[in-house]
Amino acid sequence: MKVRIKFSKHGVLKYIGHLDVMRYFQRAFRRANIDIKYSAGFSPHQIMSFAAPLGVGLESEGEYMDVELLSFPSSHDLIWALNEQMAEGIEIHNAVLLPDGTGNAMASVTAAGYYIDFRDGFLPPKGWEEAIRDFMAQEEILYLKKTEKTEREINLKEYIFDFRLSSHAEKDCLYLMVDASSSGNIKPAMVMEKMYEFLGGYAFDSFNLLITREDTYLNRGTKEAPDFAPLDQIGITVEEESDQTNES
Amino acid sequence: MQDLFLSDEILMQISKPERYIGHEINSVVKRPESVDIRMAMCFPDVYEIGMSHLGIQILYDMFNSYEDVWCERVYSPWPDLDAVMRREHIPLFSLESQEPVKYLDFLAITLQYEMCYTNILQILDLAEIPLRAVDRSDNDPIIVGGGPCSYNPEPIAEFFDFFYIGEGETSYREILDLYKEHKANGGSRIDFLKKVATVPGMYVPQFYDVTYHEDGTIKAYTPNVPEAPAMVPKCIVKNFDEVTYPTKPVVPYIRATQDRVVLEIQRGCIRGCRFCQAGQLYRPVREKNVETLKKYAKEMLENTGYEEITLSSLSSSDYSDLPELVNYLIDICNEKHVNISLPSLRIDSFSLDVMSKVQDIKKSSLTFAPEAGSQRMRNVINKGLTKEDILRGAKMAFEGGWTRVKLYFMLGLPTETEEDMLAIGELANEIAGLFFDTIPKEQRREKIQIVVSTSFFVPKPFTPFQWAPMITEQECIDRAHVTLSGIHSQLNQKRIKYNWHEPDVSVLEGIFARGDRRVAKTILKAYEKGAIFDAWTEYFDRSKWEEAIRETGLDIAFYTSRKRADDEIFPWDHLNCGVSKEFLLREWHRAQEETVSPNCRQSCNGCGAMQYQCGVCVEPHTGEAVHDGSKME
Repeated sequence: MKVRIKFSKHGVLKYIGHLDVMRYFQRAFRRANIDIKYSAGFSPHQIMSFAAPLGVGLESEGEYMDVELLSFPSSHDLIWALNEQMAEGIEIHNAVLLPDGTGNAMASVTAAGYYIDFRDGFLPPKGWEEAIRDFMAQEEILYLKKTEKTEREINLKEYIFDFRLSSHAEKDCLYLMVDASSSGNIKPAMVMEKMYEFLGGYAFDSFNLLITREDTYLNRGTKEAPDFAPLDQIGITVEEESDQTNES
Repeated sequence: MQDLFLSDEILMQISKPERYIGHEINSVVKRPESVDIRMAMCFPDVYEIGMSHLGIQILYDMFNSYEDVWCERVYSPWPDLDAVMRREHIPLFSLESQEPVKYLDFLAITLQYEMCYTNILQILDLAEIPLRAVDRSDNDPIIVGGGPCSYNPEPIAEFFDFFYIGEGETSYREILDLYKEHKANGGSRIDFLKKVATVPGMYVPQFYDVTYHEDGTIKAYTPNVPEAPAMVPKCIVKNFDEVTYPTKPVVPYIRATQDRVVLEIQRGCIRGCRFCQAGQLYRPVREKNVETLKKYAKEMLENTGYEEITLSSLSSSDYSDLPELVNYLIDICNEKHVNISLPSLRIDSFSLDVMSKVQDIKKSSLTFAPEAGSQRMRNVINKGLTKEDILRGAKMAFEGGWTRVKLYFMLGLPTETEEDMLAIGELANEIAGLFFDTIPKEQRREKIQIVVSTSFFVPKPFTPFQWAPMITEQECIDRAHVTLSGIHSQLNQKRIKYNWHEPDVSVLEGIFARGDRRVAKTILKAYEKGAIFDAWTEYFDRSKWEEAIRETGLDIAFYTSRKRADDEIFPWDHLNCGVSKEFLLREWHRAQEETVSPNCRQSCNGCGAMQYQCGVCVEPHTGEAVHDGSKME
């Protein structure tokens, strides 16, 4: 049975890269004695996949992974058992049973929300509210997206779902929701770079941004009329009594 | 959660910030006010190497089991961070508390290989601790050295307050108690070191004066305070089965070089290979009980969540209960989906059967370490492995499906002739030929591949070869070329690949291994010129060392290629590793006579380790047949 797990990542653990986070979880599952399914062969590995890799230096309140379990006593038990094994900074918040046929975590991701704060001494320019409105009122926001091999110009505006003033942890900040699907894969720094350019006169340095991923979303609606929901909204919380087992 | 010592800005600009943030699973954090003594264990190399070292895990666990002690870890900052720390005057910090090392009571540095010596200076320098022991004040941490290189610590002696000679599990408690008493009573750094010198196994270099003969050799080592003994004995664990072992080792986030459960099955080795220092230092061989090991394996897998387990020892095949242990591990590892990574094992039907169960034959290779090409040369080095042993093992392995063979040799061994070098190619050729004879053409799934690697022999203290001249750099290059042309002249030469390293690092290793106190100024000079991470090919800078050697007037030949007289006093002769100099000299003479000596289970050679009354020295005599030394991995 497939279970989706939601966790947060804060503090010093923001320096742990994606591959190391995967290995960290594999070891935590072993320590917690979770009845997880393994692949066959000389080097058996756990059946585990992550939704949207988080860059080094970013914190998050909404990370997801899918695991294939052989037994799943209850959501509460799994959350508790894993939290017993977590290092300070990573916390498990939810574990839900996925309906049969749910696509894997990575394929379901359509969007991600981010809180964007600014490092001390790098205060953003005044007048953000109007600035964002004007920024988003542009016909198009052209951005040159570079990978190791290719360069391609995209209209960033099509990939921004929400951009506004907000607050997080009792501090004012920006809230940005962008396309995080594998085809879009927009990083908050890309939008901020264009925003600084739009404002003019301010040098952009992504280091000045303090970014926390607020959550990772799937789309329950259509492309034209999206209905975003956190990735764990499609699963079922398993109560303790039900004691489900599945040997497949 | 403690704040990190390095700012976000620095952590985001350097490679692998995970090396410096601590917070790993099973790392130990205590309240500073709850302990009397704060210390750090240091491996003077990068985090991934240091975290792979079993010795530090053992001592870290032991120290933190003491309620009054908090022991942390510290590793060498990689050159990128090193540059930032120097530029911004950031002092070296320990991982757990994220606080400067300079405020700790002790900094204990493990010395695993000679090429880390400039990294020791880097550690002290970045920590803002005076490099020389005599320049330190009462507020500086006590700098302790330990590990194999502390058996000849003279080239770095002036940088340490004291060296702990021998196995760390036995005597630290006594030293810590002395320290607490010292702190309570007050007194100078020297007062404390005098007390330390009275503990068996502790060597305080500044309490010894050295005099030299006109030819530069040592005349005498004389203690200059009454507390310092004329001869420092090593510390040794006598009850090896019950000694402390870390069943909750620290699990790194980043992938360490050795990133798995390590089970130390025995310490020491029964085989007296005459070039091998570990084989002498850790005498006598002592085993852990197989039931103890089973318990540790299970607990360690549960406490770490590691996906792999391996065994540690100098010669695992000599462990008495190996089949029982390995079969147990195969069972629990199957159940827990854990990989077993077996260390080098002697090739026989047991090991081949085990290997086929735990790994993919197609991906694994067969490893032999004959160390020398000819039987004559193998007799000189007392490597009891014959050509017949190697060919028998190879034949069995070929029949079992293996097609890749690795062969390890040394060049520059004492008495080596061109014939011995050419024998390397001949042996490789014969193994390739054996494959074609053993496996019919239609059954050959893959072509046979033989990889021959040679390293240059470096004579080490406390071995029978401590008297041996080392060959010069030019000779190293010449001998590698003879070996190469020997391989090229073979019938099956297309199936044989040859690897060798540049000899420049071997020459330095040779200087440090048998160096005396006068070598320190060269190490310091090289460090001042910017030499660090000398063990890393990409950072080793030959020109800095050439300049340092020239400017300090160091005579390379004096330390390396010079022939030592039988009665020469060595810089390490006032330390006692358990085997007597008489025994080593006897073995040096037997080597020149090309005579092999039996291993400890066949008969006692009277090396001196009997004084400890433990391990193989007190085992009932079994008279077990001689085994070869072929191995597989």
